[in-house]
Amino acid sequence: MKRDVYITGVGPVSGLGLGIDELWPKLLAGESAIAPIRAFDASNFGSSLAAEVAEDFKIRNFVPKTYRKATKVMARDIELAVAAADLAAKDAGLSTATDADAEPCYDPARIGCHIGAGLIAADTTELTAALIKSQREDGSFDIGNWGSEGMTHLTPLWLLKYLPNMLACHVTIVHDLQGPSNTITCAEASGGLSMGESLRVIQRGQADACFCGGAESNLNPVSFLREVFTKRLVADSDNPGSAVRPFDSQAAGTVVGEGGGILILESAKTYEKRGKGSAYAKVLGFGASQSLNPKTRSLQPAESGRGPMLAINAALRDAGLSADAIDAVLPFGCGHPEWDAAEAAALKQVFGDRLSSIPVVSTKAALGNCSAGAGALDLTIAAKALREQQLPKIINRDSPIDGLGATDPDKLDHILVFTTGFGGQNTAAILEKA
Amino acid sequence: MSQRIVITGMGWITPLGHDLETVWSALLASKSGVGKTTRFDASTFPTSFSAEVRDYDYTDYVSKPELHEGAGPNVRYALGAASQAWKMAGLDGYDALDSARLGIYLGSGEGSPDFFNFVDANLAGWDAEARETDGAKWAAKANECLTAMAEIEQEPNMPLTHLAMEFGAEGPAYNCLTACAASTQAIGEASQILRCGDADVMITGGTHTMIHPLGVTGFNRLTALSNRNDTPTTASRPFSADREGFVMGEGAGILILETLEHAQARGATPIVEIAGYGSTADAYRITDIHPEGRGGAQAMRQALEMAHVQTSDIDYISAHGTGTKENDSIETKAIKAVFCPDGDVSKAPPVSSVKSMLGHLIAAAGVTESIVCALAIRDGKLPPTINYQTPDPALDLDYVPNEARDAEVNTCLSNSFGFGGQNDTLVIKRI
Repeated sequence: MKRDVYITGVGPVSGLGLGIDELWPKLLAGESAIAPIRAFDASNFGSSLAAEVAEDFKIRNFVPKTYRKATKVMARDIELAVAAADLAAKDAGLSTATDADAEPCYDPARIGCHIGAGLIAADTTELTAALIKSQREDGSFDIGNWGSEGMTHLTPLWLLKYLPNMLACHVTIVHDLQGPSNTITCAEASGGLSMGESLRVIQRGQADACFCGGAESNLNPVSFLREVFTKRLVADSDNPGSAVRPFDSQAAGTVVGEGGGILILESAKTYEKRGKGSAYAKVLGFGASQSLNPKTRSLQPAESGRGPMLAINAALRDAGLSADAIDAVLPFGCGHPEWDAAEAAALKQVFGDRLSSIPVVSTKAALGNCSAGAGALDLTIAAKALREQQLPKIINRDSPIDGLGATDPDKLDHILVFTTGFGGQNTAAILEKA
Repeated sequence: MSQRIVITGMGWITPLGHDLETVWSALLASKSGVGKTTRFDASTFPTSFSAEVRDYDYTDYVSKPELHEGAGPNVRYALGAASQAWKMAGLDGYDALDSARLGIYLGSGEGSPDFFNFVDANLAGWDAEARETDGAKWAAKANECLTAMAEIEQEPNMPLTHLAMEFGAEGPAYNCLTACAASTQAIGEASQILRCGDADVMITGGTHTMIHPLGVTGFNRLTALSNRNDTPTTASRPFSADREGFVMGEGAGILILETLEHAQARGATPIVEIAGYGSTADAYRITDIHPEGRGGAQAMRQALEMAHVQTSDIDYISAHGTGTKENDSIETKAIKAVFCPDGDVSKAPPVSSVKSMLGHLIAAAGVTESIVCALAIRDGKLPPTINYQTPDPALDLDYVPNEARDAEVNTCLSNSFGFGGQNDTLVIKRI
């Protein structure tokens, strides 16, 4: 028998705040974090909007004093994941090795950690400060000099700042999580796939609890250019807050977001034993799939929406539910018309005519596309919605496409959360009110 | 939960060749795939050699080359390895497979940077006064010299996406990147996906190359690489007293996994069984392995337990065996903690590291070692640890020094340990 698994804590990090208590009221109020980029001069990229994490974010506030030194080898993506994990553990009332005053709730060998990550770009300032030492007189780069001397200007641990598995590694070290641990790198699908893996690990009894989710920051020139190259970004506008318009007839693209989220998953049995109030939601079903779309080398879902449809149907089967049981949907809904249309097509196949009465709430108009963090951030929001029995406000959808105009659910027992990733990987999860 | 997971196809592209038998023969003949680095001018680097894949053309292997044009070396290696495995499994032309039940779980590394163009963008974007990158200047140059294709192909999910297109896979699709443990972890997780019924067939394994200027820079700065530049073929010396770092390799290995039931029903020949899988985190330090090998030992115990085998049933251990001081001594400690807690080393089975010949394929290392285990079972032969000339008094296991050996091999254990404390172990068994 599969064990029941609950979401017992959430730690979103986003342009609208750190932690669910900061984020939630802003989502209800319909705020958007999208604004001109602060992190670097983005004037030559053809797009200069983003949803950045607040300027006063300091990683040192999220790690034990003894771990502050290690924050020096954390790329921004790693910082965001470590902060999210801290927020999630506190939210769940889950004491781990970080808590000096409390006994850890679990044997460290029984807690796992699955975190989605992106391709982390080396900091250009740090790297170039070393590269310039290997320039010839005419300014060109001399690899011979780089090999013999130039590279020594990089700190010995340089590589470790940028390995994608360092998000999970730092989290496992800070919280002493010695169970199964993995790093999934499937663009926007990473967070959902990581949650799915934690779910399966707990279901089959290899751990009693897991930290899972994902985080990414593409707010540096290299990563941002890669996002520009995906041809999904919206052109600049005087009104950044209404630039991203998921499922709206005026949708013209997405913006880069920064953030993600960590969820605490626990087996129902062990959670009840440690008994700290009620969980957010039960994870009832999970599914994953791949989109094939040779026209775009499968970088984006095909018009038919078959890829996401397969993931959603797999999740429904896993949950033992029919589509009729779903009360609301948190899609990827990035605001790019072709992506939105593919997702709408998938939903149409799953829900048929009932689709027009199901609220389909995309968070991207408010938070941008947080890449490897996107699906995880949505899962934290869906869990909160089930607990509060309320959905975030739908913004920037004045003329909905495909009849996606419902805003109020009849009831809120089951939410479908799904992601369609760049490269074609899709995930879907079904959460149930706890 | 008694589903048995079997390998029905295997393929690899490695520094010692591009097909199963060529590479296996070379490993049994103690050949080294290591030589001077030719991919770029590494002559002044602290390490100027590596184990490169040579004379390889992926278009010999794929059916839809137009979908893969411009892909990076990691994708090209994966395509060759996967196409061998696909054919061996009898899936070429087999049309009864439900594409939505064909999944992929890779442990692949990121692609290779467009290095010289990237450097040009960085140099052009440098604000000498402020001593930092000026984003606008950087973008002006980058837009001119970097291309969308070369940047996008570096995303770590690209090998997965290309394999999905080549084989029409629409089932569960994952890529994990847990450093040097990645492809072992992928195989373990792929077997779990089959066990819980989420797919009928899984393509799994990994591909990676870090033989590029920034990859070598990263490992040289960590002082993790051997720098015996004058004697490349004898530089990789796992478990020897004079080991002083690993040798970078590159390549790919791919397996086709399915349940025994599914394989039999379609008339495929199962090769070996993936009977056990263990996965743990050291949760210790990002730079060092836990000094007692706590996580590694626990991963081995989990894998044995899941496979329902005793330590005395294991005939061979394919070691992580990188040839660094730290890995080899701690892995030895961890093996002893599991196999001979009383200190009687005769209770431990023979242990060898094919990294002595292939170099370290990083994310793709684990899968090549799983294939080695499968072939060791098939042929009753253990591949050697070459370059083992100076025994280390503290490392007292049987490392199958220098020459392959005949042995009865029914059950193997394969270890992979990654930076940051990722430990993954598989138990691979005769069916």
